[in-house]
Amino acid sequence: MRAPAPAYAVNDGVIDAATAALGGKLDLATELVGEVALHVVRDSLVETMIALRDTPGLEYQQLMEIAGVDYPDRGVERFEVVYCLLSLTRNHRIRVHVRTDDALPVPSVTGIWPVAGWLEREVYDMYGVLFSGNPDLRRILTDYGFRGHPQRKDFPLTGYVELRYSEEAKRVVYEPVQLAQDFRNFDFMSPWEGAEYILPGDEKAKLPEEKGAPTPLKADEIQKADAAQSAKAAPTEVKTTETPAQTGAGKAEPDATPKPQNPDVVPTPGKGQNL
Amino acid sequence: MSDYLEKLEGVTDAADPTLGDIDIQNYTINFGPQHPAAHGVLRLVLELDGEIIERVDPHIGLLHRGTEKLIEYKTYMQALPYFDRLDYCSPLCMEHSYVLAVEKLLDLEVPIRAQYLRVFFAELTRISNHMLNLGSHVMDVGAMTPNLWLFEIREDCLNFFERASGARMHSAYFRPGGVHQDVPLKLLADIGEWLDTRLPRLFEDAISLVADNRIFKQRNVDIATVSRDDAIKWGFSGPMIRGSGIAWDLRKSQPYDAYAKMDFDVPVGTRGDCYDRFMVRVEEVRQSARIMRQCLSEMPEGPIASLDRKVVPPKRGEMKRSMEALIHHFKLYTEGFHVPAGDVYVGTESPKGEFGVYLVSDGTNKPYRCKIRPTAFSHLQAADFMSKGHMLADTTAILGAMDIVFGECDR
Repeated sequence: MRAPAPAYAVNDGVIDAATAALGGKLDLATELVGEVALHVVRDSLVETMIALRDTPGLEYQQLMEIAGVDYPDRGVERFEVVYCLLSLTRNHRIRVHVRTDDALPVPSVTGIWPVAGWLEREVYDMYGVLFSGNPDLRRILTDYGFRGHPQRKDFPLTGYVELRYSEEAKRVVYEPVQLAQDFRNFDFMSPWEGAEYILPGDEKAKLPEEKGAPTPLKADEIQKADAAQSAKAAPTEVKTTETPAQTGAGKAEPDATPKPQNPDVVPTPGKGQNL
Repeated sequence: MSDYLEKLEGVTDAADPTLGDIDIQNYTINFGPQHPAAHGVLRLVLELDGEIIERVDPHIGLLHRGTEKLIEYKTYMQALPYFDRLDYCSPLCMEHSYVLAVEKLLDLEVPIRAQYLRVFFAELTRISNHMLNLGSHVMDVGAMTPNLWLFEIREDCLNFFERASGARMHSAYFRPGGVHQDVPLKLLADIGEWLDTRLPRLFEDAISLVADNRIFKQRNVDIATVSRDDAIKWGFSGPMIRGSGIAWDLRKSQPYDAYAKMDFDVPVGTRGDCYDRFMVRVEEVRQSARIMRQCLSEMPEGPIASLDRKVVPPKRGEMKRSMEALIHHFKLYTEGFHVPAGDVYVGTESPKGEFGVYLVSDGTNKPYRCKIRPTAFSHLQAADFMSKGHMLADTTAILGAMDIVFGECDR
């Protein structure tokens, strides 16, 4: 590996040792980008973890991280829970992946590593993955009374509610989120690599017949096609600027509507003027 | 009056409470979220028996900004500045994990000078972080002066960051492939002089006030003792695990960048109490200064970022002459670079412990998932068993010795 990433002990033999120790509990073992990942059966997770911690030659004593990942395209069992283990004695790292959905609980590993308590709470908070056996599965990072699981791919980046302090109610109020500007999401997909948006002019390909189409047409057919086209197009209006009404001069905005009243603005007796 | 008192003496009433009859119940108090010793926005729900702590329930997330969600909507380059804002006391060390993770996925080679510069500024960040933590720790337990002196050093560090990157705190200096720009020679010379004169004088003066101070020791020795087994089970890292006597330092055991060439010692504690954790940090500052001196003497000349133009944008001067450079610049600042699909977990030794990034890429120009492993999560979670049986006033010492910053804890 050329990148200057943290260099720990080599991966040689780890997959073999894990396969021997786990047997049928192991679904798939991969070694990609210099890291060993074990995809294991969900129901026997606790035994798997104990085996990984206690088997000589594996000895993963520390649980550093539990990360949730959402793959909605997979359909069934869309969530993946990733446990990052560290061996202090062998100086090696390994990842353990389990798949689940929002109803099937993952066995909690709090009995092996108490640090998992908060880490599982976070995965529950962010993805709604349930952990059976965690004694304190409350939300952890989101607001008191928050609803929804924000890290899911189908949860919008802006969220659903926004809050502000209301002078009228003398407390913080929650309101549906209102964007002052449209959320911008740029599409970087190359049009030569299977993008599915319509470029200007593409809609012409859908028309039945066109002048200059490959098959030679007869004159009356061309006239018919012309009539069909021009009938669809709205009659164009000639734009003139002869009167002020046509230019819109003297108006603030052509389509201005009165502003909605802000409940927090308390009108003064002088209507904004000092009296 | 005296007759009345004499008459009353010895007369008891069934309703009168006497000593021992009063049934004292545990009561629960709220600590924070706006408490000067909470080091940010931490809310602790403490259950007390008199003045003894029975149970601690930390409520976190008051600074949750959804960094991980935001990163999923940004290109790899745009996601970088979010890392400065995680642990705002040691911004460059946060960037370090992220750039190493991106480089690991890209399999990108980084020039030697860039590796040295990263190590150099990561250690300067460590010094500035420890200045804040050591200072606020001694202030939490009652000493005022060292904090003021240590902030002098921190101010110097921030000035150096400004001279290197243009920003005092949120530098965005480490980039995938190297660093953003080269440093002037005068800056390196100034830091070298500072390491030899101002830093040791101010730092040793400040620490000499507290390290052997009787009151400081009474407030810290044997407070919140953590055994080796507990430290492993609770996922401790950094000064917290070293304070418990385990010589585990990722810079030593899993060297990244130029750390393999560096010569430094790993201090460990003997008792695993707050005083040990404090002293481990004190020694780390001296070792960081040693690493920085070594960097200064060994740093080679050369490019400061990878020359792979598909990842690292060209410099402005090159764009004036080369059409290809202009195209690369345009593509990198609009679309960004694409990272091959895969997932990596990269943990580095931040001043507070192991700061990890679990990065999942799906081959596009945006991270599919970027999970950040904060150091504070495991440490703060252990506050419950660490505080049990201690006095209420020890909470501040325990929190101070944990070194928690909520930008990173809540993300």
